[in-house]
Amino acid sequence: MSGHSIFLEELERDALTELVNIGVSRAASSLRKMVGEQVLLSVPSVEVVTRDGATALIREREAGELVAVRQDFEGVFSGRALLIFPEANSMALVHAVTGGALSAEDAAEMENEALAETGNVVLNSCLATMANMLQRPLSMSLPQVMRGDGSTLFDLSHQNADGGVVLFLYINFAINDRDIRGYIAMLMDLPSLRALRALISDFIERVAGDVG
Amino acid sequence: MGTTVLIVDDSKLARIVVGKAITALQPDWSRLEASNADEAVALFDTQRIDLAILDFNMPGRDGLELAEELRARFPDMPIAVATANVQDEIIERARAASATFIPKPVTEDGMRGFISGAALRLRSAGR
Repeated sequence: MSGHSIFLEELERDALTELVNIGVSRAASSLRKMVGEQVLLSVPSVEVVTRDGATALIREREAGELVAVRQDFEGVFSGRALLIFPEANSMALVHAVTGGALSAEDAAEMENEALAETGNVVLNSCLATMANMLQRPLSMSLPQVMRGDGSTLFDLSHQNADGGVVLFLYINFAINDRDIRGYIAMLMDLPSLRALRALISDFIERVAGDVG
Repeated sequence: MGTTVLIVDDSKLARIVVGKAITALQPDWSRLEASNADEAVALFDTQRIDLAILDFNMPGRDGLELAEELRARFPDMPIAVATANVQDEIIERARAASATFIPKPVTEDGMRGFISGAALRLRSAGR
């Protein structure tokens, strides 16, 4: 899409995708430790879209109800990170992370707690990796479990200053041999995107030197 | 003849970073780049390549699939797979293909072991 170039130059976009890729790869390694099965990842997509556009991107793929673990992050740039999966996968994920040690009743009771903890591990390892590479600290809110469709998940609090345009990053994941799949997504609003862009330039300069 | 290393990564920035580390460690080596597995395989048909460094998570075939294919064609070639995805299954598959694991983000330090090992092997093989 030609609209991207307004926000990010090609190498900046490349660098951001690579940062996300490394962050999410670490997150997948953490999730693998929790579920004891290989976690498969797609290549990340990075889009500058409206909030509605982000919702539509998820709706195209997921018709049903969604569950998400949400963590807001704040620092030089801020936004929201989400671990999203179809509601129908929720209990399977809880069983996977608790290693089948719980009865169905106990698992149901612990569902939200287990989801929040899973999201916490996955999202923290992704965001912390990115923050380290950008050499800027990010503080993260406590994980919160949400249910609903894409529009509730992507509704950032301080919005609309820029027509609701957000930087939307997402990656599909699936857990091998279990019928569990979902997304790791990140949303950032436009002022954050500007701050992020400056950090990405510094990052490129640092790792690649003067490449024009 | 000089040594030629192939860098395969869909990220241009990642190729630059790997290239920089190689230049620091082995300034005389020449470098070739490919942005996906198909391009890489095509380069092997036309160029003499001594060793390869492959990104794992790429569109199309991933770096492990490429490593397995290259290993079948070139039993002795030094191959490394670079990723931050340190899941047991991935490390195991890399090992099975006799590929070295390089952690991402790639640094000169992280590459040193593979590069010096490869240089030794190539020298003793007389290349």
